Amino acid sequence: MSFNIIDFLESVLTLSIADYLRDVWAGDMPNWLIEVIIDVVGILIVSTFLLILTLYLVLILRKVLARVQDRIGPNRVGGRYGLLQTVADAIKLITKEDLIPSGADKLAFNLAPIITVIAALLMWAVIPFAPGLTGADINVGVFYVLAISSVSVVALLMAGWGSNNKYALLGAFRAVAQLVSYEVPMIMALIIPILLASSMSTQTIVESQSVWYIVVVPLSALIFIISAMAELGQTPFDLLEAESEIVAGYHIEYSGMKFALFFLAEFINAFFMSALFTTMYLGGWRGPGAAAYPLLGLIYFMIKTFLVYLFLIWVRGTLPRVRIDQLLYFNWKFLVPLVLTLILVVAVVAKLIPPDANEWLQAGILLVVNILLAVTALEFVRRYARSRRQAVEDDAESLGGAASALSGAAD
Amino acid sequence: MLSDWQFIALFAVIAIIFPGAPLMMASLINPKKPNPIKQQTYECGMETVGDTWIQFKVQYYIFALIFVVFDLEAVFLFPIASAFDQLTLFAIFEVVLFVVILLVALGYAWRRGALEWF
Repeated sequence: MSFNIIDFLESVLTLSIADYLRDVWAGDMPNWLIEVIIDVVGILIVSTFLLILTLYLVLILRKVLARVQDRIGPNRVGGRYGLLQTVADAIKLITKEDLIPSGADKLAFNLAPIITVIAALLMWAVIPFAPGLTGADINVGVFYVLAISSVSVVALLMAGWGSNNKYALLGAFRAVAQLVSYEVPMIMALIIPILLASSMSTQTIVESQSVWYIVVVPLSALIFIISAMAELGQTPFDLLEAESEIVAGYHIEYSGMKFALFFLAEFINAFFMSALFTTMYLGGWRGPGAAAYPLLGLIYFMIKTFLVYLFLIWVRGTLPRVRIDQLLYFNWKFLVPLVLTLILVVAVVAKLIPPDANEWLQAGILLVVNILLAVTALEFVRRYARSRRQAVEDDAESLGGAASALSGAAD
Repeated sequence: MLSDWQFIALFAVIAIIFPGAPLMMASLINPKKPNPIKQQTYECGMETVGDTWIQFKVQYYIFALIFVVFDLEAVFLFPIASAFDQLTLFAIFEVVLFVVILLVALGYAWRRGALEWF
């Protein structure tokens, strides 16, 4: 088969370029070489797309945050929407001097930004963009994501430790405590969609969501999005880089391109978490006509991912920062017990429902169970908070009584 | 299946280029004028006092230890979850027992004050 531009464009539209190229090159080249070339081209497309997208993710963040805070945001460089603002920022960062503090551990200091970016890019290998379009549809997909995402914790510790700066070290310790703690509810929440789909392959999880899992197990989705925000170090949980407390945390000593790499990894990770949420709970590429026209699936996937990303920015613009003890208490004393109970309840209930029951009936039963569990948990928290408030009031009363007795004695 | 892992291996190799290339580019065009004052540790303009690499608050390590327990638990739960459709109700109750033991462990850590932040 020879190369033909019309067939090529058709294969682009049906997202089967790889199969088309295989047909064209068959016979001209050894098979392994064809596979390697197709893989390399795919990797380059995904990575370059992410790098360019990051420029606009930053712009979207700045614009939306500006609107939340009743400002206009960037509006000078590149027309009235500031479309080239982040491009100009990137060029500026490239031309900046690269400072290495005199006491730094050079190996750890220089390696940390590289490792973060590699980890951020590698996670995209298993995301199902469209039907049949996954980098690597491995049978341990979700597990792979969790394994790679833990690598960035090591990079943060390297950056904080290597900088030989007290703020950086404090930021790194906070980051490790926070990321490591919130990884537990995140992993546990992800077990529930895996359990319902009976597979760890991301593509299979999407295919099994004839009812979106956010409808079936909303509590799991909520726990996942909360702990994902903490994993990203986003505003309600941005202790690891709290500008007003520890200047900027672990990347305080970084300048120029190395700082830009941390920034890049942060935004790729934020977009990745949105993509993962879409895959696990919002049905991935599912939508009307997606199975027949893969390109539609890609569009649905992107729309959903951007909506989740906007939701993250919305939360970021709304909530104030929590204290580190509140952060850890919320995780270990609320989220972890809740998510463990949820796993138990969902596992038992999903097994008790007869497998030949209507899928909407199954979804409905699980939904009711989820809501019941959420209400129970909130009721627990409400009672606890009320008892605490009562204790504080009693204390104040007895103190007030003592104070009036004292003032009476003074008279 | 093998080609999927080959993809990931290739990805890991190529992913080095993406942070590497901008760093190389930056090192070609950026100014290099280091001096001792510029290379001082940045701590609000003061000269830094004492050693940075010291023993740190033990609380962080305790949380890390609790994390290891739950991470291991997750490693056991993932295979169970991905074989869920083949499990019998009896197997599910064994899983329940497993998770309840860990919940008890969490309760124990809670009672012993390992989850408190001083």
